[in-house]
Amino acid sequence: MAINQALTGEPNGFNRMSASKWGSLPIGRWLLMTVVIGWFAVLILVPTVALARQAFAAGLAPLGRAMASDEFLRAFGMTIGITLVAVVVNTIFGVCFALVLVRQRFWCKTLADGLVDLPFAISPVVTGLMLVVLYGPDGWIGRYLEAGGFKVVYALPGMILATLFVTLPFVVRGVVPVLQEFGVDQVEAAYILGAGRWVTFWRVTLPSIRWGLAYSVLLLIARSLGEFGAVMVVSGNLLGHTQTATLYVHDGIEGFRPEGAYAASLLLAAVSFFMLIGMGTLRKRVKTSKQT
Amino acid sequence: MSIVVENLSKRFGTFQAVSDVSFEVPTGQLVALLGPSGSGKSTILRIIAGLEDPDTGRVSLTGEDATSVPVQRRGVGFVFQHYALFRHMTVRQNVAFGLEVRKKPKAEIDEKVDRLLKLVQLYGYADRYPSQLSGGQRQRVALARSLAPEPRVLLLDEPFGALDARVRDELRAWLRKLHDEVHVTSLFVTHDQQEAFEVSDQVVVLNHGRVEQYGPPQELYERPVSPFVAQFLGQVNALPLRALWNPQILNQNPVDAAFGAEVLKSDEAVYVRPHDLDIHREPSSRPCWRGTINRLTPLGGIVRIELSISGDNGLQIDLPRDQQLALGLAQGEDVFISPRLVTTIGGSSEPSADLAGKFYTI
Repeated sequence: MAINQALTGEPNGFNRMSASKWGSLPIGRWLLMTVVIGWFAVLILVPTVALARQAFAAGLAPLGRAMASDEFLRAFGMTIGITLVAVVVNTIFGVCFALVLVRQRFWCKTLADGLVDLPFAISPVVTGLMLVVLYGPDGWIGRYLEAGGFKVVYALPGMILATLFVTLPFVVRGVVPVLQEFGVDQVEAAYILGAGRWVTFWRVTLPSIRWGLAYSVLLLIARSLGEFGAVMVVSGNLLGHTQTATLYVHDGIEGFRPEGAYAASLLLAAVSFFMLIGMGTLRKRVKTSKQT
Repeated sequence: MSIVVENLSKRFGTFQAVSDVSFEVPTGQLVALLGPSGSGKSTILRIIAGLEDPDTGRVSLTGEDATSVPVQRRGVGFVFQHYALFRHMTVRQNVAFGLEVRKKPKAEIDEKVDRLLKLVQLYGYADRYPSQLSGGQRQRVALARSLAPEPRVLLLDEPFGALDARVRDELRAWLRKLHDEVHVTSLFVTHDQQEAFEVSDQVVVLNHGRVEQYGPPQELYERPVSPFVAQFLGQVNALPLRALWNPQILNQNPVDAAFGAEVLKSDEAVYVRPHDLDIHREPSSRPCWRGTINRLTPLGGIVRIELSISGDNGLQIDLPRDQQLALGLAQGEDVFISPRLVTTIGGSSEPSADLAGKFYTI
């Protein structure tokens, strides 16, 4: 630790500056800091505090009642379920895709590399519409599926598909740079030592990219929990049936049942807070694992 | 023969990395693949290891054709320039990896890892991570790791390239000693001729993906078969014969004395090493050229003297410091130079059969 600090010089240097020069900061710096902190407060801090204040305004009882309600529990259950599927599927797919992008050469590589980001670029509402066009009752594929009694849109499969689409780029984008940094030397060394591809992946590649991967998965979870637009379009938002946590918040506001919206929002915000802490820790891990 | 390479060729896009390379590494020897960067030496090593597939040609290991054997089952050890240690594993885990994937019993693995760590003098470091070791220690771990599965041959890709000069010298001597103890047939890649000379039994000199010459280091040094080999292995003065054909500056032309006057009209060059030249104040009875000292550079024990003879032909002499002091040489002075050894090399632009590869003591 001491060596790390000496090497980067970061924490020490920062402390020295803030301790001794705090009082003598030039006016320009004061101004800049005031603007930055003020902007941060107006944009992020004040709304968060306002939400918390409003939520607790009527005391804890209404919140508790809202949280114990069937719709609330179902909505969160649905969000958690969809997120779990998204994490599993997109982690596996994302790592495979990243491995292919980094280590293979193929003719449409640049195209594939660019298209991965499509879900970031497209508005989630448009994503939802695309899925409805494809899987809706009159959709290209949907009409055959519905004829066979399998509902995609306005049902859970559609919501999962929408979330998968929206969260697809996270793991790919997070793992590609880590894999590039990792290189192929250690993989080749493992092969020469007699390890097959599967063993090499589990024992050499995966442990080396684990922090980068964990960070990406955390981002994926955050996005999946908060997803609204695409799921909104494909779910039909049937109360207690195809309603996720964010849709529940939306409904609460629309339907003048604010306690439910407050409760759900608070819970989502609390989860986000813990994930932020997790991301901070992981970022440090990624950094130190790169240094060694 | 432990490693036999026959007619190996490999092309990357439009770049012919290796063309028609054949050589053999005798069992138990330590052989160097020596060449400048881009000469294909690393590619050849990777083909032997099975990390690259050759376009044409064959690789045999201990008498068996290994060309199509997958890398995992070739039974080679490989040491990378940048160590390629598993960074998330301790030294012990690194060395044990090749034994664990072969599903050896735990007791056997432990015993063997201990033995190897003692061999590379890192026994006390078993529980450290690679990031806690110096470059030289890391490379020794890499060596122990590659030896653990008892490879049929050991391949080393510029193993000391990433180390600083002093550690490099130590490790070289240590590798040679280790090889004399372990006797595993080894092939190592280097661009450093001194390293090749210090460590290896034989040297394969590569240029543009082709083998230029193969033999014991001293033989390559004394009897290079091409101007490339002569110039790549240490300093050498290349003197175009036509330029030396100028009777006015001669006492008795050393080339004339060695090869006969006719030779002086050919397009070839003669090669003289900087330490195979004597320098005198007065013309002696020996054949000599007249020259002018352009520059003196003290290099510790020796002094490098740059002269010009016969007009613009530069010549470099390495003279022991005490001799230079005894002669009292200074810049701008005229001196007489007589070579002790002169070599000709066939095979440049127009090889003349009677000149090729001749080697004369004057």
